[in-house]
Amino acid sequence: MPTPDSLRNSPKVSDWLDFTRDGYVAIKTGKVEFGQGILTALLQIVAEELNLPLEKCCFVAASTGLSPNEGFTAGSLSVQDSGSALRLASATARVRAGSQSYWTIAATSGWDIPIDVGVIVKSPDEYSLVGVSTQRIDLESKVQGKPSFIHDMRFENLLFARVLRPPTLESSLVDLNANKVPFGPEIEKVIVDGSFVAVIAYDEFSAQQVVTALADVSIWTVDSRGFSDDEVADFLAHAPADSQVVHDQGTFGPGTLPYNSSYSRPYLSHGSIGTVTAVAQWIDDSLHVWSQTQGVYPLRVDMARALGIDIDRITVTHVEGAGCYGHNGADDVAFDAALIARHVPGRPVLVSWSREDELSWAPFGPAMSVDLAASLSDSGLITHWSHTVRGNGHSSRPSTLPSPSLLAYAHLPGGIAIPPAGDPQMQRGGGTGRNSIPLYDIENCLVTTERLLDMPIRTSAMRALGAHINVFAIESFLDELALDSNQDPVEFRLRHLSDPRGRDVIAKVAEISRWGEKLPTGCGKGIGFARYKNKGAWCAVVAQVEAETHVKVTNLWIAVDVGLVINPDGVLNQIEGGALQSASWTTKEQVRISKGRVISNNWEEYPILKFSDVPVIQTEIISRPTLPTLGAGEASIGPTGAAIANALASAIGVRVRNMPLTPENIIASINS
Amino acid sequence: MTQYSLNINGDDVQIDCHKDTPLLWVLRDHLQLTGTRFGCGSGLCGACTVLLNGVPVHSCDTPMWSVGSKSVQTIENKSNPTLSKVKDRVASGQAGQCGFCLSGIMMRASALIDSGVELTRDSVSVDLDGHLCRCGAHNRIIDAVLQAGS
Repeated sequence: MPTPDSLRNSPKVSDWLDFTRDGYVAIKTGKVEFGQGILTALLQIVAEELNLPLEKCCFVAASTGLSPNEGFTAGSLSVQDSGSALRLASATARVRAGSQSYWTIAATSGWDIPIDVGVIVKSPDEYSLVGVSTQRIDLESKVQGKPSFIHDMRFENLLFARVLRPPTLESSLVDLNANKVPFGPEIEKVIVDGSFVAVIAYDEFSAQQVVTALADVSIWTVDSRGFSDDEVADFLAHAPADSQVVHDQGTFGPGTLPYNSSYSRPYLSHGSIGTVTAVAQWIDDSLHVWSQTQGVYPLRVDMARALGIDIDRITVTHVEGAGCYGHNGADDVAFDAALIARHVPGRPVLVSWSREDELSWAPFGPAMSVDLAASLSDSGLITHWSHTVRGNGHSSRPSTLPSPSLLAYAHLPGGIAIPPAGDPQMQRGGGTGRNSIPLYDIENCLVTTERLLDMPIRTSAMRALGAHINVFAIESFLDELALDSNQDPVEFRLRHLSDPRGRDVIAKVAEISRWGEKLPTGCGKGIGFARYKNKGAWCAVVAQVEAETHVKVTNLWIAVDVGLVINPDGVLNQIEGGALQSASWTTKEQVRISKGRVISNNWEEYPILKFSDVPVIQTEIISRPTLPTLGAGEASIGPTGAAIANALASAIGVRVRNMPLTPENIIASINS
Repeated sequence: MTQYSLNINGDDVQIDCHKDTPLLWVLRDHLQLTGTRFGCGSGLCGACTVLLNGVPVHSCDTPMWSVGSKSVQTIENKSNPTLSKVKDRVASGQAGQCGFCLSGIMMRASALIDSGVELTRDSVSVDLDGHLCRCGAHNRIIDAVLQAGS
């Protein structure tokens, strides 16, 4: 087994496991919980290898200086990275302890011993905890309404603050007119620093009230660019780009390919139900930040750069927030809190964003377009395939750009606008190009990614990155080719797929969905398939819809292969949750922007899937106990969107290539 | 500032606050009952739902002057047997991911069960339509409510 990345900076057992409390092990991981159940899965791995009951294992909150530096909790890599490291650390401890107790060793020679990457770990047939559905360790306190989230932190002398953001994306403050807003003793202070404005109060509601009043009287410059959503198609087609051929196989003769289709998706919002929140406290020259960030170490790097202070003076500790699906405003609000708390030395300040700011100012999942072209042989096999995907990058995460990517930094005096988002390397799964290379056997295949270098709207990582549209486009186009050559979509895929685990999930989903069975008029079934990042989990989805000009997804059948399953119930939660989120993005969601202002800044203007929209779901996990575990968080996103599009086309006989699949876009497709 | 006498989860409490302060912030900031969540502030997501005289309301747009002598129930209430049953079923069914939406959903679900209407997948879904869940735990939540009501 190769050395997990996570072990490089944290090579000792004591970096990962703490046996100080008699009878218990405290697990240190750099990965963080945000509703995906990762801590429960890691706990199972540790308990299994240490031969301890689950209830004897607990966690140390991820914190800089204390936890292993594992970068971001992202990309469905936590079980692969942290899980592998913890398994080796635990196995090393078990072998070292022999007949002694872990706690005796802790009290005598200690656990500062190197992790043996060649240690014999348990074999899957010895497992009694791994592979068994296990109750989430974090859910019970949430169900009881106990303090569970960062929003619920109540330090002594805690102050509350809210930020007044500019009215449009690029306007700056001319005059706050604070004298026009009378306020009482419930307000501690109004802060103005360039175009960064905040109100500190003794309670949250008062802070928000004063911010709302200031919004009405303050004067800001007009947005110089005034970007609007009706420019998106033109922007995607013509913006300058970093163009890269990421796959080039076979030969292409002169002339164009006979089949051509183009697909698009709009900007998408994270839309967490809780707004991002942080607490910060300065004591003398040192800063402590409590944050729902996906990466305590990278956030600390950008925080030090933006504040101009030494990194060792900052501590970032993770506290759970509401559901997180990528790079949202969590890091931004942590920096807001740090800036604000500096004005009240010694006192902790809790900062939450408003709903309107959450839907306007968090980075969006980028708008994207895909152009596909292909040719078929006389026997109906694909001979040539060309794929070009365009859009802004998928990562402006802290510490990854040339200057800090924390929102308020751009609004401070002398601040620098956030640089255009980058992309993870293709070897690491890519961003714009994620899942752009088809897994199918195609002799001549050319794939180009074009990451745009002009960024009118701030974009960053959102669940599955480019895989959402790339899989949507590839799988839609496959159906178009299959139908045009009178082939069954499932058979057509299997004709082009030699990958055995891919074939298995497709065959399984066809079986459980009773593929091929006749459906009533107005109903349709469609399939979508992908292997996430082409190196992660395999997932195939069949959707059934009822549709005329409005699409109602009635059923989803899912087959998934994540290798060795740690927590089957956790995998089901992630796969089905991902499928529903994708159904929501694909059928309903679109960020609306007018003259530099995000107008889809509340739940009426940015509707998401409702309870009565939710399909019945049946999921089958194909278990591979002897093969490495693959993450489950993002695998169903692409296949679900594609399956819905194909089901819609089957139901109404018209192909809709622009997301979201709303009545507006369906009617436009019918009319064209 | 106005003084209010409230009955919350069976306890009588006195509160000094502005008459327009929403009940949500009285619960969270004055009484440290942080189980009721802030989600949107305009009654569009359901996260802040509590029961007033047994009826679900959005505490984020319920000003204190309108609460009067009505009894308030929040997610922390331990003496509502229906709510306890809903909590048990949600926990045992692992019917949540991030869990942020659950407090409001469980409050409304307990009121729905107590109303005596026939519980079906459709009736539960429609009743919960004002509640948003972003993680996609909907189906498990519906199942948990159906089980708690049976």
